[in-house]
Amino acid sequence: MIDIAIHITFVAVGISQLLAMVRLLRGPHVGDRILALDTMVINAIALIVLLGMYWGTEIYFESAMIFAMLGFVSTVALARFVLRGDIIE
Amino acid sequence: MSRILPHPFLTLLLIVVWCLLINSLSLGTVVFGTIAGLLIPIATAAYWPHAPRIVRPFRLVFYFFVVVWEILKANMTVAMIVLFKPNREMKSSWVTVPLDLKTPEAITVLAGTITLTPGTVSADLSDDGYSLLVHALDAPHPDEVRDEIKTRFERRLKDIFE
Amino acid sequence: MIVDLLIAAWLIIGAFFLVVGSVGLLKLDSPMKRLHAPTKASTLGVGALLLASMINAFAYHDGSLHEVLIMAFLFVTAPISAHLIAKVNIHHEATDQPLPTPPNDDVWATQDRPADRSL
Repeated sequence: MIDIAIHITFVAVGISQLLAMVRLLRGPHVGDRILALDTMVINAIALIVLLGMYWGTEIYFESAMIFAMLGFVSTVALARFVLRGDIIE
Repeated sequence: MSRILPHPFLTLLLIVVWCLLINSLSLGTVVFGTIAGLLIPIATAAYWPHAPRIVRPFRLVFYFFVVVWEILKANMTVAMIVLFKPNREMKSSWVTVPLDLKTPEAITVLAGTITLTPGTVSADLSDDGYSLLVHALDAPHPDEVRDEIKTRFERRLKDIFE
Repeated sequence: MIVDLLIAAWLIIGAFFLVVGSVGLLKLDSPMKRLHAPTKASTLGVGALLLASMINAFAYHDGSLHEVLIMAFLFVTAPISAHLIAKVNIHHEATDQPLPTPPNDDVWATQDRPADRSL
């Protein structure tokens, strides 16, 4: 049963990743694109966690952790760059 | 006390985070976590001279559960709004929340709570720091949203921090 | 059996909220409205998936609490990224309604830019 649920979740996360990518390509404003990237990072974390569950290993949690940190930092850096024209003042 | 342990809560938090990172609770982990928890606050003490003051720590735990409950409850409503409500009928609006809180930590926690509870996003702080700009996704009556934020979260935070 | 059901239920809940977040990102029609859907639904979605993974680890493996760290990190950082993106929207005047004036002051912090900045 868990296997079926994991497969369904894989498909759902893949679909939401595609939807976010459409917004990333279409997004009329800069804010939309940054938001779409942020959403894609969160979906990628979900995919990594699912993969860890599917293969029954724990070594993927470090990569999920690093993805979370990198995603946050890159969102903040992009927003800062748009706001101030500079990242570290 | 303040020389060796500038931020006791930070030290405790670092020990817990270290144990979670290693994912085991053995003597070696706790000892190493304690070393890191003692050295890091001293090394970074220059960057935060004023330790945040929490007057009633136990109410913070209670507040945490209140926020988790609010997140769960309101997430369903926002999911329904997003999925089934047409864009035209959505009345999003700006809400101005005048602040009674004074300390930066309390305002940060309030802004974070507002953003985490679905339906509202805290967007900006006024220049003098006395009011918060909140965007509500579907609010026919903006005043109700403001009163809800003030009674549900701000009053509790005032108890905790001031 | 009951544990299996619990894990599967949390997985499906997480998948549902992740999809809702992305659908909202695509469906809503103004930048400030779009900000609402992903930042929340995604944190709860990933939270539910991590909870499922944690239950799974305790039921069938040695058990791990790693996931708590990721969850805590996401819950602390999600408001900050949302706040910064909202500031970007205000800065670019991509809001559908004009901003109200603050009660005690004349401008919000993001609008307060110096006349000329020497870069």
